Amino acid sequence: MARTLAEKVWDDHVVRRAEGEPDLLFIDLHLLHEVTSPQAFDGLRKSGRAVRRLDLTIATEDHNTPTLDIDKPIADPVSRAQLETLRKNCADFGVRLHPLGDVEQGVVHVVGPQLGLTQPGTTVVCGDSHTSTHGAFGALAFGIGTSQVEHVLATQTLPLARPKTMAITVDGELPDGVTAKDLILAIIAKIGTGGGQGYILEYRGEAIEKLSMEARMTICNMSIEAGARAGMIAPDETTFAYLKGRPHAPEGEDWDAAVAYWKTLRTDEGAEFDAEVVIDAAGLSPFVTWGTNPGQGAPLSAAVPDPATYDDASERLAAEKALEYMGLDAGQPLRSIKVDTVFVGSCTNGRIEDLRAAAEILRSRKVADGVRMLVVPGSARVGLQAVSEGLDQVFKEAGAEWRHAGCSMCLGMNPDQLAPGERSASTSNRNFEGRQGKGGRTHLVSPQVAAATAVTGHLASPADLAADVPTPAGV
Amino acid sequence: MEAFTTHTGRAVPLRRGNVDTDQIIPAHWLKKVTRDGFEDGLFEAWRKDPSFVLNQPERQGATVLVAGPDFGTGSSREHAVWALQNYGFKTVISSRFADIFRGNSLKNGLLTVVLDQKVVDALWALTEADPQAEITVDLQAREVRAEGVTAAFELDENSRWRLLNGLDDISITLREEGDIAAYEATRPSFKPRTLPV
Repeated sequence: MARTLAEKVWDDHVVRRAEGEPDLLFIDLHLLHEVTSPQAFDGLRKSGRAVRRLDLTIATEDHNTPTLDIDKPIADPVSRAQLETLRKNCADFGVRLHPLGDVEQGVVHVVGPQLGLTQPGTTVVCGDSHTSTHGAFGALAFGIGTSQVEHVLATQTLPLARPKTMAITVDGELPDGVTAKDLILAIIAKIGTGGGQGYILEYRGEAIEKLSMEARMTICNMSIEAGARAGMIAPDETTFAYLKGRPHAPEGEDWDAAVAYWKTLRTDEGAEFDAEVVIDAAGLSPFVTWGTNPGQGAPLSAAVPDPATYDDASERLAAEKALEYMGLDAGQPLRSIKVDTVFVGSCTNGRIEDLRAAAEILRSRKVADGVRMLVVPGSARVGLQAVSEGLDQVFKEAGAEWRHAGCSMCLGMNPDQLAPGERSASTSNRNFEGRQGKGGRTHLVSPQVAAATAVTGHLASPADLAADVPTPAGV
Repeated sequence: MEAFTTHTGRAVPLRRGNVDTDQIIPAHWLKKVTRDGFEDGLFEAWRKDPSFVLNQPERQGATVLVAGPDFGTGSSREHAVWALQNYGFKTVISSRFADIFRGNSLKNGLLTVVLDQKVVDALWALTEADPQAEITVDLQAREVRAEGVTAAFELDENSRWRLLNGLDDISITLREEGDIAAYEATRPSFKPRTLPV
């Protein structure tokens, strides 16, 4: 029977299937970090259980880690205690850990792919909702709670009911200046924060196939913001080229066997999805959020919407509350919104291509007076790569702060936070109330829009800067 | 996990949709390494407002949260479930829950009940008019009852069985050791490993 990509990967991991019960699914890769694992390790201790597959488990530190003075003891005693708890748990149970200061430390969803551990056709879980990122490789990857973290540690499996499947087909080509971030924000605005609920999304179509691996990760990363269980993209030559030669990629005969298998991971002709959405890439433009959930977004060229025009009462109320929290007026052009802070980083947009894109715009430009710009690489290795390309210098010369790797201001568990009432343009994934600091106001944007916004001091796209470019001498 | 059979209690009507887990328990609370002590962090930002429903004297001791659609979106933090339980909630009613939150709740014995928005509206109206009104959530009968409201709800038989008996998922799975070992023996050698073999 014709099957979708998600169904193929699911079927290949069923350990046990019985009528009236959830499938028992084998987990190929379990990623751990300090925030959602302590209570799980505690549970193992209390019941005298061990980690079943240490060779399929890896940990790093990301949510609490400072991005300054990483060689000094962590100032916040509670954050320090949580990191020390992870270190003790990993040592006690034998789990491989990349702690702060290690070259492989970083946001867990940047680290897995970069090591070549995230591979097509695998099941990947982590106690973090943005685990959906790994679906960019054709992996079935999803966030889990701490009870499930303990379950995977103890059994390397999870009992799960199979979600439905939804195809999101993006036809045509993205216009110049439109990025993966703009695309996924537009998709979420279209289907809503609950639109993907109960589904595994498969992104497909010409525009998706043309994306780099890193751009595909940006797309799959935000599947959770549409409420989906996971997001996937079928592996292809772009995927194989990205993986080849990475530390944990298969080698020799194993590589050949792996690629042969990976090539089967495509939705069959005639396979049926439970739902389908079609997007025309050509109609897209830079996209930003104006509200307090990721579905409250609009093209940068638009204005803040008027809640009174909403038919649905609960959406109208949500929009009213969002405008109140965000301190915005209906009808105000989005471009007129001034920001205090620009954040470039996170598991959504903290990879090298994101830093290159932002640096390109900032080269020989300055961050506007009164604007603070933080650039936080997704991993220590991404940071090193950026330094080797001189990007850190570009950021510093423009007046931005170049920091060490971690989740940082995406959720403000470390000192990188917005002050009450402060407004950011952020390349992260959530504009929830208080997400980046109590009372902070977040606009989600692409790295390109973030950089242009830093230069102008208000929401802007690189195209808005064109007039600023100095005319080359002699022309 | 504590078993859930049936529960009757007063309610907190939360007329808000898209309540994300950052609102239920803000990130700075996530630094704790225990499963308890989260009650003061529950809806922390909103509780600063004296008019917030949870702050009303007549809502003290309420155990049933009646929330708007898309409750529990965003972060996978199980701390959101623990915070609701630490505060004293036994059950949450909404027309739609985010997937991860729902899974987390059922694994901790916090019964999340999906009801049609019209029924949620009726429960809101009832409990706003009369803060002493009680709601019964009966998992045996898969039914929610309150004055003027009787509504059946769905929950898959497996989840219901685990909740009614307070069963621990891990011990259930470990009964299938033979199947897990058999599956492991068939995994291809090209699959990634985090440690040298």
